[in-house]
Amino acid sequence: MSFSLNILADLQEIWRYQFMQNAIEAGTLTAVVAGVTGYFVVLRKSAFTAHAFSEIGFAGAAWAVLSGISPLAGLLIGSNLGGLGIALLGRRAINRDTQIGIVLAFSLGLGLLFISLYSGYATQTYSILFGEILGVSQAQVLETMAAAAAILLVLGLVYRPLLFASLDEDVAEAKGMPMLALGMVFMVVVAVAVSFAVEVTGVLLVFSLMVTPGATAQYLARRPSTAIAASVIIALLATWTGLFLSFYTSPPVSFYITGEVFAFYLFVRFVYARFRGERLSQGSLLRPPVDRSG
Amino acid sequence: MAKLIAESATAQVKSDLIVAEDLSAGYGGRSVWSGANFSFGRGEFVAILGPNGAGKTTLFRVLLGLQHPTGGTIQLFGSPPRRGNPHIGYVPQRHTIDTETNVECLELVRLGVSGTRWGFNPVTHDDRDAAWSALEAAGASDLAHRRLGALSGGELQRIFLAEALVSNPDVLLLDEPLSNLDIKRETDLLHLVNNVVRSRGVTALLIAHNINPLLPHVNKVVYIANGKMTTGKPQEVLTSENLTRLYGIQVEVLKDPHGNVAIIGVEEHHGDIP
Repeated sequence: MSFSLNILADLQEIWRYQFMQNAIEAGTLTAVVAGVTGYFVVLRKSAFTAHAFSEIGFAGAAWAVLSGISPLAGLLIGSNLGGLGIALLGRRAINRDTQIGIVLAFSLGLGLLFISLYSGYATQTYSILFGEILGVSQAQVLETMAAAAAILLVLGLVYRPLLFASLDEDVAEAKGMPMLALGMVFMVVVAVAVSFAVEVTGVLLVFSLMVTPGATAQYLARRPSTAIAASVIIALLATWTGLFLSFYTSPPVSFYITGEVFAFYLFVRFVYARFRGERLSQGSLLRPPVDRSG
Repeated sequence: MAKLIAESATAQVKSDLIVAEDLSAGYGGRSVWSGANFSFGRGEFVAILGPNGAGKTTLFRVLLGLQHPTGGTIQLFGSPPRRGNPHIGYVPQRHTIDTETNVECLELVRLGVSGTRWGFNPVTHDDRDAAWSALEAAGASDLAHRRLGALSGGELQRIFLAEALVSNPDVLLLDEPLSNLDIKRETDLLHLVNNVVRSRGVTALLIAHNINPLLPHVNKVVYIANGKMTTGKPQEVLTSENLTRLYGIQVEVLKDPHGNVAIIGVEEHHGDIP
């Protein structure tokens, strides 16, 4: 397949392949969910936590492969148990990175054990680690769609209390918000989102869709709704262009997605934000200078 | 005559928003303070003083319904405290907000109203209007679109005050809002709180380490030390004999010609602590 400068013709060519259609559909759904969820993951500073239970999910998936059941089921079980466990440890557990790191390392070891016990080919495990979006079936697309709908519905329901609890835990608690329940709901949402994002990016690269777009969006917009929209757009563009580029070149989709979101993050963080900061401080020549001493 | 006094006492109690009788609090069997009696009326500005660990924040936790008293009774608006009471605005003790937080201040203040509502409602903007008027009351309108992580300590306290005011509370609980502020910002914030107390008829309880900047504003002082609590007008509470009785050791309260007080003889000085 060769790449032409006629993008429309290229897209038509891509769309003729069923596996590419599936990949685009699953990728789109995953990017939307990961973009929305990722904003909260970053806001709650639980990126490491989310990563940890994706690795617990890996152990679950490896165990599922060994037991002959669907790796997705194993992923869901593993990541949900991990997420709920961390949520139950309490509100300050999110910052206990030492304990989380210890559990993470053990989970990877457990996953390794399950792989070594498995006598068949380990390709399934490899795809869990690094993603296999081009191998997504139509049934998987439907599963992803159901999960995406459920996640977006739940996040819509808890949207404002979750924002409040994420930004100002103490006041939200004093206002009678069910902090433990909110934390648990959020962990389950992330666990499910991670499990499906793994199909696209794999356990090890899931950050690229779950964290980087959300982190970048925080520099682009100060209103949560706008930032969430930006996060979704970044995740979508990276997924679509990743699929497109990977179709015509040899590097895998996951590489393109991780590379693109990383490059864009660097640009926003160091070029855009600085340029914007400069413009703001120039503007302050007209107003009294901002005093940050007190 | 006795009947008259009794009646006026009942009337007094009725007009009081917060009434405690023989109240005690503690954690896991350990008493923090006990035998506390106080009553605060509408529009009173109360300073809460005492050494670290005396149980000042514990008093707030009891009022917020986050912690049950271990004895005695406490009534807010005529009923026991409960968590999530919308009549209370609360500013917890915090030193800082993460500098990476890029959310604008207006959004946090809005959540003071809408953060307790479930579901997603892109249509109503009543929380936005309420947020703007709370920002104005806290003298923080100019900060509305600034990001939370970039605020100074004084600016942040104004935002927290707005967040507490946005639900139109009758009682404000401010836990050490003056720590980390320099003298000018301390004075500015106290003027703001005082304006809110006077203009909105809000009862404000403010935990502080230094009584002096508060003296021109407060109606009452609560002094917690040594497992006990004493309440009254500042000039009644802050006397050598009163604090000596409270601490159980000799304490001197000295006054300078400007009315500033210095408390001598206890480990914790409540004069000028930087």
